[in-house]
Amino acid sequence: MGKTTAEKIFASHLVDEPFPGTRVLRLDVVMCHEITTPIAIADLMARGKDRVFDPTKIKAVIDHVTPSKDSKTATQAKILRDWARRHNIRDFFDVGFNGVCHALFPEKGFIRPGYTVIMGDSHTCTHGAFGAFAAGVGTTDLEVGILKGVCAFREPKTIRVNLDGTLPKGVYAKDVILHVIGLLGVNGATDRVIEFRGAAVDAMTMESRMTLCNMAIEAGGTSGICMPDAVTVDYLWPFIQNDYPSKEAALAAFSQWRSDDDAVYDRVVDIDVSLLEPTVTYGYKPDLVKPISEMVGTPVDQVYLGSCTNGRLEDLRVAAQILKGKKIAPTVRGILSPATPKIYRDALQEGLIDIFMEAGFCVTNPTCGACLGMSNGVLAEGEVCASTTNRNFMGRMGKGGMVHLMSPATSAATAIEGVMADPRKYL
Amino acid sequence: MKTFGGPVLFLDRSDINTDEIIPAKYLTEITKADLRPYILEDLKLPGFEPRGEKTKAARVIVSRANFGCGSSREHAPWVFEVNDITTVIAESFARIFRQNMFNCGMAAIELPTEKIDSLFRYADSPDVTIGVDVERQAITVKSGGEEETFTFDISPFDKALVLAGGWVDYADQRY
Repeated sequence: MGKTTAEKIFASHLVDEPFPGTRVLRLDVVMCHEITTPIAIADLMARGKDRVFDPTKIKAVIDHVTPSKDSKTATQAKILRDWARRHNIRDFFDVGFNGVCHALFPEKGFIRPGYTVIMGDSHTCTHGAFGAFAAGVGTTDLEVGILKGVCAFREPKTIRVNLDGTLPKGVYAKDVILHVIGLLGVNGATDRVIEFRGAAVDAMTMESRMTLCNMAIEAGGTSGICMPDAVTVDYLWPFIQNDYPSKEAALAAFSQWRSDDDAVYDRVVDIDVSLLEPTVTYGYKPDLVKPISEMVGTPVDQVYLGSCTNGRLEDLRVAAQILKGKKIAPTVRGILSPATPKIYRDALQEGLIDIFMEAGFCVTNPTCGACLGMSNGVLAEGEVCASTTNRNFMGRMGKGGMVHLMSPATSAATAIEGVMADPRKYL
Repeated sequence: MKTFGGPVLFLDRSDINTDEIIPAKYLTEITKADLRPYILEDLKLPGFEPRGEKTKAARVIVSRANFGCGSSREHAPWVFEVNDITTVIAESFARIFRQNMFNCGMAAIELPTEKIDSLFRYADSPDVTIGVDVERQAITVKSGGEEETFTFDISPFDKALVLAGGWVDYADQRY
């Protein structure tokens, strides 16, 4: 019987099986940010165990609130910063070099096929795009990960989502994943890995695959996973060229992590993406989705483009293509947050930032920002935001505010019209 | 091991998420105790008051499916812990929240729909309490003269975490 990618990674990283069904895995990467890590650090210090299992396998960034907005967030940043220095964690990214963790860490080449990755952040599932097992965990799991380099999991079953066909004009990875979440429901993948397969995934860039995997958690999934292939190798090549004699050799090595043809799945879902429309959410749960055609004309107060879901260069390119030469509606506040400094600079050099600013967007530094209402871009009671982020819970972006999730293209069209709009007429 | 059981807070909705349990704006607190006033602040349910007497008295929460979905923030179990709520009983849990509860030595108890429905029959009883025996895998609901006991399943690992008082102590002894 064949194995899925997740099963292969579990088998190769198994440290202990303390009880049937519980697998303690060796970790390849432990990622940390300033919101969920400081309490782990404080607890380790209180226990007299202020140590790290391997400073080269720990990556840290200040991203949720940066630059710090007040004394409390400054203290959180300081705790992480001091800790990183104390333990010689060289991959620590502070103001000037920091960006949204799930965009920044892949960009640095930290994630490889077959890796186990944890972080105290639910959207860690993003990194499964590289053929890794990447799971969001709480602070206690993070603390043990930092100290011991291990984490316990129930071995997840795998849901295989076959995305066949070609994406139609105006439909992107974001529309696909919103559609998938609508099908599975917000707990349809609990204790499951979602494996994205099919021609549409094969044709996607790593950025789009990250968008897909990023929202696996919104269906309850432990990790998203895509099969490592030539696209993966091309993306990682600058970081691995000294490890492999050729791209073909890297591909051959990575391919061991692909699910076997005779792997057994918990469930298989087939979707013909050529039939999809631009998709948006309409309620306070990410599985409440509708085609844009049913939502056109819904007024919005703010448009937010950014986050670990859709703040990457290709997202900015798509939105800029629609916004070029146009102004956003006077009733709308447009906010763009490029997810990393590199994305910001690339967008500057390509002239994209000019297009956004000419259209009337405010461009912020790379940060998690408005997505979770912790720093900038917070909504007032009763306000509505068209957002490229991943969560639309009541109050997520500010008490009494409402969030509609959508693609960068749909958000750009919506910014122009001031009401929810179909991007296809602008393409 | 923590102590479990006592007066009950019934939250009659599925998919109660971590933003409702503890809004992100309070994640800037760096001690667990500082979270105490903000428990369930953004949860809107008929008759529910985040700072009401029922919330204050509660030691056990009973809810529906997919409790604790959303973010990985362990602040969600912590805000319960610092309000002396150490047990959540629900039809099902989101994975990270469930693991966070056990990692803190707290109890996330899953019961099938019909047993949850039976518990909700007590929702309007003023004196309802639930006793929780993790070792014996049983809960006992008491109200007026009535008393009902339900058994529950728990993975041996999660049970070991509750008995050990959490994952850090457990892992530290073992790995």
